[in-house]
This record gives sequence, C-alpha cells and structure tokens, in this order.
Amino acid sequence: MPAVQETVERVKAIDVEQYKYGFETTIEMDKAPKGLSEDIVRLISSKKGEPEWMTEWRLEAFRRWQTMREPKWARVNYPPIDYQELYYYAAPKKNPAPKSLDEVDPEILKTYEKLGIPLREQEILAGVEGAGSRVAVDAVFDSVSVVTTFKEELKKAGVIFCSISEAIREYPDLVRKYLGSVVPVSDNFFATLNSAVFTDGSFVYVPEGVRCPMELSTYFRINERNTGQFERTLIIADKGSYVSYLEGCTAPARDENQLHAAVVELIALDDAEIKYSTVQNWYPGDAEGKGGVYNFVTKRGDCRGANSKISWTQVETGSAITWKYPSCILRGDNSRGEFYSIAISNGYQQVDSGTKMIHLGKNTTSRIISKGIAAGRSENTYRGLVSAHRKASGARNFTNCDSLLIGDKCGAHTVPYIESKNASAVFEHEATTSKISDDQMFYCLQRGLDEEEAVALIVNGFVKDVLQQLPMEFAVEAQKLISISLEGSVG
Amino acid sequence: MLQINNLVVEIEGKRILNGLDLTVKAGEVAAIMGPNGSGKSTLSYVIAGKEEYEVLDGEILVDGENILELEPNERAARGVFLAFQYPLEIPGVSTMTFLKAIMNAQRKAREEAELTTPEFMKRVRAAAEKLHIDQEMLRRGLNVGFSGGEKKRMEILQMALLEPRFCILDETDSGLDIDALKIVAEGVNTLRDPARAFLVITHYQRLLNHIVPDTVHVMANGRIVRSGGKELALELEASGYADYREQAA
Repeated sequence: MPAVQETVERVKAIDVEQYKYGFETTIEMDKAPKGLSEDIVRLISSKKGEPEWMTEWRLEAFRRWQTMREPKWARVNYPPIDYQELYYYAAPKKNPAPKSLDEVDPEILKTYEKLGIPLREQEILAGVEGAGSRVAVDAVFDSVSVVTTFKEELKKAGVIFCSISEAIREYPDLVRKYLGSVVPVSDNFFATLNSAVFTDGSFVYVPEGVRCPMELSTYFRINERNTGQFERTLIIADKGSYVSYLEGCTAPARDENQLHAAVVELIALDDAEIKYSTVQNWYPGDAEGKGGVYNFVTKRGDCRGANSKISWTQVETGSAITWKYPSCILRGDNSRGEFYSIAISNGYQQVDSGTKMIHLGKNTTSRIISKGIAAGRSENTYRGLVSAHRKASGARNFTNCDSLLIGDKCGAHTVPYIESKNASAVFEHEATTSKISDDQMFYCLQRGLDEEEAVALIVNGFVKDVLQQLPMEFAVEAQKLISISLEGSVG
Repeated sequence: MLQINNLVVEIEGKRILNGLDLTVKAGEVAAIMGPNGSGKSTLSYVIAGKEEYEVLDGEILVDGENILELEPNERAARGVFLAFQYPLEIPGVSTMTFLKAIMNAQRKAREEAELTTPEFMKRVRAAAEKLHIDQEMLRRGLNVGFSGGEKKRMEILQMALLEPRFCILDETDSGLDIDALKIVAEGVNTLRDPARAFLVITHYQRLLNHIVPDTVHVMANGRIVRSGGKELALELEASGYADYREQAA
C-alpha cells in the first residue's frame, strides 16, 4: 500500500484537475433516467460502443428477466427492491462528496487507520472531493511505472487483461465464444439482470501453456466510475495455463449503490488452473443494520477440460446481505474444484453463502472448507450442494463446515445438499458448531489480552486453514480485516 | 505484596469463601493446602478476576491497590499470573503466536515497546530449553493434543516469559509423573526472586518437597484455619485433613 501512495502523490502532482474536469462533463452527458426498459439496455450497449450481437444478447436477457421472479429460498430478509427505482447507467450521486476527511464517518476512518492505509489513499477511498474521483484513481494506477511494467510483462506473456467493455470491442470472438457459457443468460434472476445491464468488469485470457507471470488484481485495472453495481467478469485459462486472480480490497470503499449483482465466469480448459481469491468488504450498514449493500452474486467456474482445476477462496466480511455461491462444474475427467471460505457476520448482517460442486466427469474431486463466524445479531448460513451425475464414476468430495458463534443473539446454519447418481462416488461431510467458551476467553484475558484481542486470536486460529489458501500479502490484510470486523462483538 | 482482607465470595448463591484473610510478602512462597471443596481453586480464580464469582465483601490488595474492580487483563498487566489446573486449548493458534501476542499485550499495557522478533525468539528459546520444551511443540496449536505434563510445562513457560510479580499455581502437580513434576518445580524455583511472590495451591505435600514453601496455610470451609512454616505440610501429610473437615462441619 505505501507504494501506491507514492504513485498517487506523483500523479496527483501532474494533473488530477484535468481528470476531474473531463470526467464531470462526461457524466453530465451520460446520465440516463431511472428504471429499466429496452431503451435503457440499448443505451448502455450503444454508450459502450458494442456490436449488434452484444446488444441483442443483452435484450434477450432483459426479456427473460421480465418473466422471472426474485428467488426467495435463501435465509435472508430484506424489504422488496423496486427495480424501476434504480439507475442502471451512471447513477448520479445521492450525497455530495465529502469536502475533506473531517466529513467522513469517523468509524470508517478508524478502520482505515487500523488497516494502515496512508492518508492520501484514505481520501481517495472515502471519495473526498479533489482527492481524485475513482476515474482519476484508476487512471493514476494506470499511469504509473509499476503498472506500465506490469502491463508490459503481461503483454510479453501474451496474457490479455482488460475491461470487459474493451474486450467486447477488441476480442469479440473470444467474448462471443465464452460469455454466458458458464452462467447462461437465463440462469437466475440476478444473473439475468446482470446480463442485460452490466456496465463493466474484467476480462482475462491466458493463452495455451502460459503461466501468468503475476497475480492479477482488480486494483490495477482501469475501472469506470459507478460500475461496481453490475460487474461482469470473464476469465479463460487455455490449455495448460495458470492464472491467479485477486478481487476486492480490504478497505471499505465508499459506494453509492445499494444493490450489487455481479456475475463471474471462469473457464479452465485441459490441464489449466484458475485460482480466484476475493476479499469482500462492502458497507454492512449502520449500527441498526440500515443502508448496507445487498450483494447478490453469481460466480461459477467450469472445469471444461480434462485435468483442469478451479479454486475459489473468499473472505466475506461486508455487505448487509450476502447471497453468493461460487461453484465448480467438474466436466473434464480428473478435474478438481476447491472452495475455501471465511464468512463473518456481525451486527445485523445476513450471510447465505456456500458452493456447488457438480461432478460430471470421471474421477473428479472437490474439496470444500467453509468457516462461518457469526457475532452480534447476525445470521450466517452455509448452503452447499455436492452432486455426482450418472457418468461421474470415481467422484470424490470432502466437505468441512465449521461454524463459530460469538455471543448468544446470532445464528449459524448449515444446509448441505448431497446428491449422488453414481454408486462409486464417495462424499464425506464434516460439520461442527462451536462457541468461544468463557473459559477460553478467561484464559486469554488472564494472560493480558483484552477481549477484542482474545476474540481476534481465537477466530484467526479458527480460520487458519482458509487463510493459508490466500496469496501471502492478501492473507496478512485479511487477517487484520477479520479482527476489525469483529470489533464490538463481545462485552 | 498480596493482602486479602475478609474476602466473602459466592457462586450461584453458594458461599465458597467465607471471610478469608491472607498475606503474602514479596519474595515469599506461600502454600495453600486443604481438602477438596475447601475453596482453594475459587480463591485463585477470584484473585485472577474470573467473572462468574460474586464478591460480597472484602478486598484484595496487590501492592496496596485493590484489584477487585479491575478486568482480568488489567490484573495480568499489574503482574498477576495464574497457572491453570486445566490449561485451555486454542486450536489453530500456534504456541509461538500466542506467546508473542500475550507478551506484547502486557508490554503495551505497561507502555513498553513491542519485542523485536529476534529478541522474542531468543527469550522463548532460552526459557523453553530449561523446561525441556522442543521447537516442534511451540509450532503446534496452543495446548492442542498436549499431554497433561506438556500443558503444565507450557504454563510455567508462559510464567517465565511474562515475568509476573505475583504467581498463583493452581494444583500444578495434578496429573504429573515424578519426572514432569521435577521439571516443573525446577522451572518455578529458578523464578524465585526477592521481588516476586508465589501462592502454591496443592492438595498434596508431594509438590512441596520440590518447591519448598516459606509458609503453609491450611484452608477449610472458605477460610484460612491454620498457618505455619514448611513443617506444617509434613504434619498434614501424616495426619490428613480429617480434623479440618470436622472443624469445617
């Protein structure tokens, strides 16, 4: 992070003002009215300079969506969403940007401080006026030497890493071949909505036999303003390639949108491997649980080739509502799917998350390690499906779901579904629910730790197996984030 | 150093300590002996600040300050250490991580700088060696899968590293074979210091052959009923607690 501060300062010294101006003007012109209609879908598509087939693809999704109903099976409660009251393109700001850090919620500032984020970067994350709009920030990242080197190295390796909008224009054949091939347009209510109106996201293509030379991070991608709401990510690992992708940031970024409905599709061909890591820390709402982000995400990976592997690792600490099931379709013979998850809920947060491992090919294996931690008045549900189809002989799964309760007003629930249509499949399921005991707490306190330090220590021990799966630097940040998320959960 | 006056304690409406008085001076090793159920462990928990005990009357002074209103971690920062009869397990937290966390937490509370990693490692290695604790054990989750003897040695290791001023050993000898007992006793003996006081709680005389006390107090029915020198422990070993039980009844 300090390296980033340096770059931010450097570029700010050059000409942030210019960015600010150009950006403000553009937005004024691009503002679209509230609500969703075929016209809005067409507008989004034309603003993105998309080809006709893409516009049709979006329209088909929109028509489907109109016939669909919002799913109600998850263990979450929220007031009905009026989809015609939302902005689907370039939503104007609801509140004016804070003039300085003095106007930013002190709680958020405290979090930044604890995460060790430099002052200048805090201003940017908090959306302080003049600190650089998000366009400028990302432009900043894009214009510095670090990123230039980064892009050059990727180019040398032949890796394509760009925004999905750019990919639609520059690599239409790849996009057309793979977009919607894992999460079909009509998959579910939120994915279909996303298909109609997504405004941006990432595109990655790793060519045959290439091992991507570095971790790809959304942090380094040019992001247009207000595109967080309906993100679309497509990652393709061609035969024998490898890529590790990091999504999110441990710092709680200011966001205007309450509803988030992203779609992520991963495709691994023969012998390819994709590792996808997420740290999600959207605004969870205030002390009464109001105003937090609703996060309805569809993430799915397709192990399309033989011997391919897809691994999801997630640390979920934010959002008022999380509805998210990163899944693997194990289509190729001998393919492997992994899901490692830490889901923490505090305050009034509601989490309904888990995974699906669909075994289609022979000798496919999967592993699920889920650690749910519920504190405050939160509800934390693990919902998972492991299934073996008729031809999936030799399929194997190991599932371990552990829940930890902190306090007596929260809830943890485990809902595993297991379906096997092949007699040779072996599925193992282990689950535990525990509570931090008073004796454990007393023991830690007696040694001089305060209550929050004690909880953080015990929880970090509880989630260790999953933290180990994260890339090193991400893991250190995630560990800090876990401690911060649980503050105020005891006493 | 430690002065307890007229301590009255209940748990769930049941009276456990009944006007207990006790004084332990700096540099002194005081043994508390008594039959089961006499309130020995309760005394150790109340000094350390365990929540569920209700103190109805009295005071506990450490260096003249009444600590009853302090949180357990605040008491720890003032140098109160309790070696548990049944040390707790913390899965997933390596012993090393735990040791570093507690040492730095106490340093922070005393406004001292955090230990550097090399300094920390040096201290742990030196202390662990004396207690026959190997590196492999330090990498495992705290107390997870440790034998009874290993757990007790780990308690003494923490005591050695935290350098507390007032140490309570609650039935540290329970579950130890003679070799383990000797290692633990030796660990305690090397910590004896004119500025440090010990309260050794035990049911049996055995431990006191290895940790020789300056004073011995007999506890029954929630109070100290007799005090004397180390010879009192030997007398108890010969006569048993029968007399005190009657007295209590």
